Amino acid sequence: MDWVVFGVSAAVVLVGALGVVTSRNPVHAALSLVGTLFGIAILFVAQRADFLAVVQVIVYAGAIVVLFLFVIMLLGVDQAENLEVDPLVGQRPAAVGLGLAGLACLLLPIAFGKWEWLSGQPSVVGPAHTGTDPNVTRLARALFARYLLPFEATSVLLVIAVIGAVVLARRPLGSERLDETVREEP
Amino acid sequence: MGDPLYAHGIDLAVVLITILKVLLTFVFLLVGVLLYIWWERKFISDLQNRIGPDRAGPHGILQSLADGIKVFFKEDLLPAEADRRIYRLAPYLAAVPAFTAFAIIPIGDRISIAGHQTYLQLANPPIGVLFLLAMSSIAVYGVFLAGWSSGSKYPLLGSVRASAQMISYEAAMSIAIASVVLITGSLTTRDIWVHQHTWNWNLWQLGVVPFLIYLVAATAEVNRPPFDLVEAEQELVGGYMTEYAGVRFALYYLAEFMNTITVSAVAVTLFLGGPSGPHISFLAPLWPVVWFFLKLFLFVSAYVWLRATLPRLRYDQLMDLGWKRLIPLALFWLLLVAALRIGDDANWPWGAHHGALNAITIVACVAGAGLVYFGTLGAAIRVGSRRAQEEAESHGGVRV
Repeated sequence: MDWVVFGVSAAVVLVGALGVVTSRNPVHAALSLVGTLFGIAILFVAQRADFLAVVQVIVYAGAIVVLFLFVIMLLGVDQAENLEVDPLVGQRPAAVGLGLAGLACLLLPIAFGKWEWLSGQPSVVGPAHTGTDPNVTRLARALFARYLLPFEATSVLLVIAVIGAVVLARRPLGSERLDETVREEP
Repeated sequence: MGDPLYAHGIDLAVVLITILKVLLTFVFLLVGVLLYIWWERKFISDLQNRIGPDRAGPHGILQSLADGIKVFFKEDLLPAEADRRIYRLAPYLAAVPAFTAFAIIPIGDRISIAGHQTYLQLANPPIGVLFLLAMSSIAVYGVFLAGWSSGSKYPLLGSVRASAQMISYEAAMSIAIASVVLITGSLTTRDIWVHQHTWNWNLWQLGVVPFLIYLVAATAEVNRPPFDLVEAEQELVGGYMTEYAGVRFALYYLAEFMNTITVSAVAVTLFLGGPSGPHISFLAPLWPVVWFFLKLFLFVSAYVWLRATLPRLRYDQLMDLGWKRLIPLALFWLLLVAALRIGDDANWPWGAHHGALNAITIVACVAGAGLVYFGTLGAAIRVGSRRAQEEAESHGGVRV
């Protein structure tokens, strides 16, 4: 049963991932990304990480990809890209090389069974589904007690990013408006 | 924790009971939508002093069924400029979350079928209300992609409006739900209900405000009037579903009413005590179901009343209400509830044995913090709008 669930959701993840890189239309690519995120959410449920699964759907599928789609629609870049032109020379071979290196980094620890190569420890907080406490409680204890400082630092980082985006997007006072042409004197 | 049905292993009877529950929920939602559409048309006709549907069946009760059959036999059109696959997919993305979101609503206490105890609730996942938020964030796709894939301008405008609206009000709705979770200490809908049993309804446990925020935000979330500028006929023809016909249109129609029912059921569960009500020992397992459906019926009728009473909002009013009023208020109230909750946990001296003085101090502190918070917010909004106006006046004299 576990294998069936894993097989189906892994297939969904892989098909979605291939869709992201092969679709010519950005909207189709974004939707394939949603498929991948759903597959990962199912894998989380299969590992009894219910909270992670639902947060994956709410945050990634519900907010981030919607934001992607918003930008794609509003900026009108939803036409197929011309793949013949390479705007950054040499980036494709570099992408292949780096991708293979990343895959090797991921697969080697699995092949040798040495998880501590990845995280520095065999496990960060221990299994998520032992004991009687629900998953959410255990996660909250780890996040808001032991890792409170990194958690708050991350949220500060996000606030800085938001303020930075506002400052960058704001026109300086007295500069020309973009829509000047439609605002002529009556 | 979980449903007692699955506590003793899974055999054939358990599987059959689960399938029965799924079918019952499905049929209930379908029949409920048909009756609700009829009730809405009839009730709003009464409010507007006209008769409404009265041809099919007694008092026109079969009208929705007739409409449904008609729409299934209509031609399924595909606009020339449409993106075929997404155009066909989008209605399902709207309808499926509408169905599944209802699965977590408890409609009664436990009953026993063929020696198996089970909750009158399709599923009681440990993530509970978060599942609801996940479903409502998926429902955005149905609206968004419908407008984009139709390849025509009114649907696109409607879908951009709709998704902006749904995303904006989702924040306020989530914060209102978070205050319910905070006071319950659990995410599951069953725990939320049991915590309110019998008369400790969150409506007054939390002090009405989160309920009102939820009510407004949920109305906007399902695009009901007065937040229906997504499909404002006078401006946008029919909004995101303009190009849809036949079965796919029916799916959108179904999803819209089903969402209204689900949102009301969630409000009943989170704030109005769910299936709890006066205990009557005659036919005891039946009464919680009756109380639940009574509350649900009153709530969905209130939606019809709202539709008949309030005029539609303008787009800037909608965004102002969402971002400048609801979200700040919801955040303030969440922090207030959190402070009270911490005080409860830490046995802060406001109980009866410590006298009223400390309670007054705490209330005064909260009121002061609120004054500072809303004062700063108001000042920031005033400065922002004045600056925008100055900028507009210095660039052509058109007031924005």
